[in-house]
Amino acid sequence: MNFVAPDFTPVLPELFVLTMACAVLVIDVFLEQRQRHITYGLAQLTLLGAALLILATRAQAPVTTMFGHYIKDAMGDTLKLFVCLASAAAFLYSRDYLRQRDLFKGEYFVLGLFGVLGMMVMVSAHSLLSVYLGLELLSLSLYALVAVDRDSPVASEAAMKYFVLGSLASGMLLYGISMIYGATGSVDLQVVADAVAKQSSSDLVLVFGLVFLLVGLSFKLGAVPFHMWLPDIYQGAPTSVALYIGSAPKLAAFALVMRVLVDGLGGLQSDWQQMLIILAVLSIALGNLVAIAQSNIKRMLAYSTISHIGFLLLGILAGTPEGYTASMFYAIVYVLMAVGAFGVVILLSRTGFEAENIDDFKGLNDRSPWLAFVMMMVMMSMAGIPFLAGFYAKWVVLQAVVDIGLVWLAIVGVLFSVIGAFYYLRVVKCMYFDKPEQSEAIEISRDVEIAISANGLLLIVLGLYPTGLMAWCAAALLN
Amino acid sequence: MLSELPLLSLVIWLPILGGIAVLFVGDENPGRAKALALTVAILTFLAGIPLYTAFDAATASMQFQEFLPWIPAFSANYHLGVDGFSMPLILLTAFMTVLVVIAGWEVIQYRIAQYMAAFLIMEGLMIGVFAALDALLFYVFFEAMLIPMFLIIGIWGGPRRVYATLKFFLYTFLGSVFMLIALIYMYNQANSFEILDFHKLPLTLTEQVLIFFAFLLGFSVKVPMWPVHTWLPDAHVEAPTGGSVILAAITLKIGGYGFLRFALPITPDAAGMLDWLIIALSLIAVVYIGLVALIQQDMKKLIAYSSIAHMGFVTLGFFIVFGLHRSTGSLSGAAMGIEGGMVQMVSHGFISGALFLCVGVLYDRMHSRQIKDYGGVVNTMPVFAAFMVLFGMANAGLPGTSGFVGEFMVILSSFKAGFWIAFLASFTLILGAAYTLWLVKRVIFGDIGNSHVAELEDVSNREIIMLSLLAAAVLLLGVWPDPLTSVMHATVDNLLQHITATKL
Repeated sequence: MNFVAPDFTPVLPELFVLTMACAVLVIDVFLEQRQRHITYGLAQLTLLGAALLILATRAQAPVTTMFGHYIKDAMGDTLKLFVCLASAAAFLYSRDYLRQRDLFKGEYFVLGLFGVLGMMVMVSAHSLLSVYLGLELLSLSLYALVAVDRDSPVASEAAMKYFVLGSLASGMLLYGISMIYGATGSVDLQVVADAVAKQSSSDLVLVFGLVFLLVGLSFKLGAVPFHMWLPDIYQGAPTSVALYIGSAPKLAAFALVMRVLVDGLGGLQSDWQQMLIILAVLSIALGNLVAIAQSNIKRMLAYSTISHIGFLLLGILAGTPEGYTASMFYAIVYVLMAVGAFGVVILLSRTGFEAENIDDFKGLNDRSPWLAFVMMMVMMSMAGIPFLAGFYAKWVVLQAVVDIGLVWLAIVGVLFSVIGAFYYLRVVKCMYFDKPEQSEAIEISRDVEIAISANGLLLIVLGLYPTGLMAWCAAALLN
Repeated sequence: MLSELPLLSLVIWLPILGGIAVLFVGDENPGRAKALALTVAILTFLAGIPLYTAFDAATASMQFQEFLPWIPAFSANYHLGVDGFSMPLILLTAFMTVLVVIAGWEVIQYRIAQYMAAFLIMEGLMIGVFAALDALLFYVFFEAMLIPMFLIIGIWGGPRRVYATLKFFLYTFLGSVFMLIALIYMYNQANSFEILDFHKLPLTLTEQVLIFFAFLLGFSVKVPMWPVHTWLPDAHVEAPTGGSVILAAITLKIGGYGFLRFALPITPDAAGMLDWLIIALSLIAVVYIGLVALIQQDMKKLIAYSSIAHMGFVTLGFFIVFGLHRSTGSLSGAAMGIEGGMVQMVSHGFISGALFLCVGVLYDRMHSRQIKDYGGVVNTMPVFAAFMVLFGMANAGLPGTSGFVGEFMVILSSFKAGFWIAFLASFTLILGAAYTLWLVKRVIFGDIGNSHVAELEDVSNREIIMLSLLAAAVLLLGVWPDPLTSVMHATVDNLLQHITATKL
């Protein structure tokens, strides 16, 4: 028996994150509470280091390693880069919030880093096993993160709910994987794809496997009707955790869908296209309608996420390279908006005060015009108003579905985005048209202020000139 | 030399960047913010003047073109250019913005820098709408306009401002998203977002009808046409004076302009087939909305309804050409319909803007817009009364004022298309005179209504400046419309040639 060591160079960024996460865990044990900023700094350093490593080792052509379980390609690199950056932003925005609530602990950052590692594995998975591995690594970290505030009954309830439903979804996913393995004889996505392509008529076991797989994926994405957990978790979890869950994991979920459905089961496109249409329409409709009734901003953002996931699926179900590019662009822009929105919510919270309700935004223009402006840009972008990145995101996915002749789907999409505009406008209304109910000044650290400003301005810059990011996404998906 | 300068970019981006600069000056320095805003507005207007002086009226092709690749993946370009339709409207926009800045000078106390900035940014976006030759660029400007107007009504508006501004936003947004789908559909056919390529794009009748309805939804809300007009009275009543002026004078014109730039040339067969629909809606607007205006108690609401009625004339003029072409087979009278509509748009921009400013002048003193709170204003404000009577007469379409020219041209050309159309259209002269003169009678003339009216002070120099600028424009256009009509002859002829040639 001879042992062949796999090539480790393609997984360098992942190894770096793993090593650093372990190191942070150990170092943190020796720190006192007042030195906790060292943990924080190391965590940020890890993310930035990983981002730099990803940039430095960019793949020219796709490389597989770990016996075909792992792939490094341009799409993976791009998404991983944004995963790292989004998580770094999430840590940065959360820092003061955590400090004020005695949650500024080492575990928080270690779990966050392991979550990032899970996402990176998901993004680069090239077999159903590594897909599952990455997903579970992320999910387990998230379950724990939701419950990080041990004394909060709401958070514990949310974590419990998340864990039970998440396990159910993982079970579905595994069941689907086992069926696909049974039908094709492999978990390697390339082998699966070849086997599916060879089949003359679609195999019932394979289609069943696809259905279970899709249920699991939809749960992780939060697509209707598998969305029930999302609003409860967003509302129950500490805002900083909601920020973390709401941002980078969506990129990983997008990658997951791309890897499994497009790369692995591309031969079954006519089957999953139908299913995705149902998921997308339901998500867009329900997300936008129910969001109107929310008074809690985190819950509202949760329903808004659901509707955005619906739009994201529109691009994927088109099944064209343009559609995939559109979805990837949407995912990245969405993360930018989600980080910004939750970022502002976090910044409005202070010691002993949680900004939870839309009413807490009242009169923000009088208290902090700049923060109000950033939030307005984020909201308008989410509503899909031009000059902001969100408009192009919606536009390219709509274009993708019109392209394949599904004009009615595009009409459904735009109709519900008009309905959706209402609840985004309500936030703007609170900030600009109402008088403030609180007069305390909003204190923001300099670095956070710069980051949130960059976040908002980036939405405008991408709105004025989306070409760069769009071309980047197209190039990333080309190989 | 002048044509070398990117003039259109200048008039778009100068106010937008100027507006941002005003924001940075901030509400802490109201004086400097106001001065900067006025400077920017005047500079923009001055920069727009060469568009007129260097304009070649002999050609229908786009002038002052600018072209930069923007989103190559979708062959969308930063392509600007003007013809005889858009150039006058750009100048109107720049002119009215100067007045709006002056009008808000002492009146707006709350967050003056944001107020001025919103109007300047709005100006740039509106000019962008008129100058865009790329459909996507047009759409971006068209939709982006909603943000500043949403804020203007919502922040500085009256008691029911939130309701009004949300209604305004959602109505307009709903109308335009269908247009977006139509644009995407045409892009897929033409592989280009150039509006001029869309003009040449062959489309089947079914496609044309669907696209036409998409445009109709988008633009009829903006115009607004009956029955999608209900947002306008609310928005006008609640908006601050400046907001009402810009809404009435410019944004309504964007709807009319949209018909000329998109609906008519892109879907000529559908437009010809469905012209009865638009004509019917226009006549309903003229007659029914005219009657509605008659019973209004609120001055702003009355002028808002009068705007809808007058805009009905514009759409009537645009769509009368098809019937005319069918019945006479020639295009001789058709040009007058479209030109009449265009003149009506510009003239209505001046008149409605002026009337809203007049109401603003009264509101600033009395804080009431109800007609019954006034009476005998002429006794305390003689100078103001003179202006108000002049603009009232112009609104009623008195010969010698700009209001007459457009209405006369449209009625004349609709006479050729059919007697009954002209008969109904001429109701506007009666109804317009009735509601406007009755308004003037109740507010201006008679005995002094109450003690508040007795204490009124006449217009200040600032108000005289802005009102006399408008009065001059109204009279000039009324007695000598040639400077306006001559620049659009070639463009109108070209459009007529295009829309009467079938695309099928």
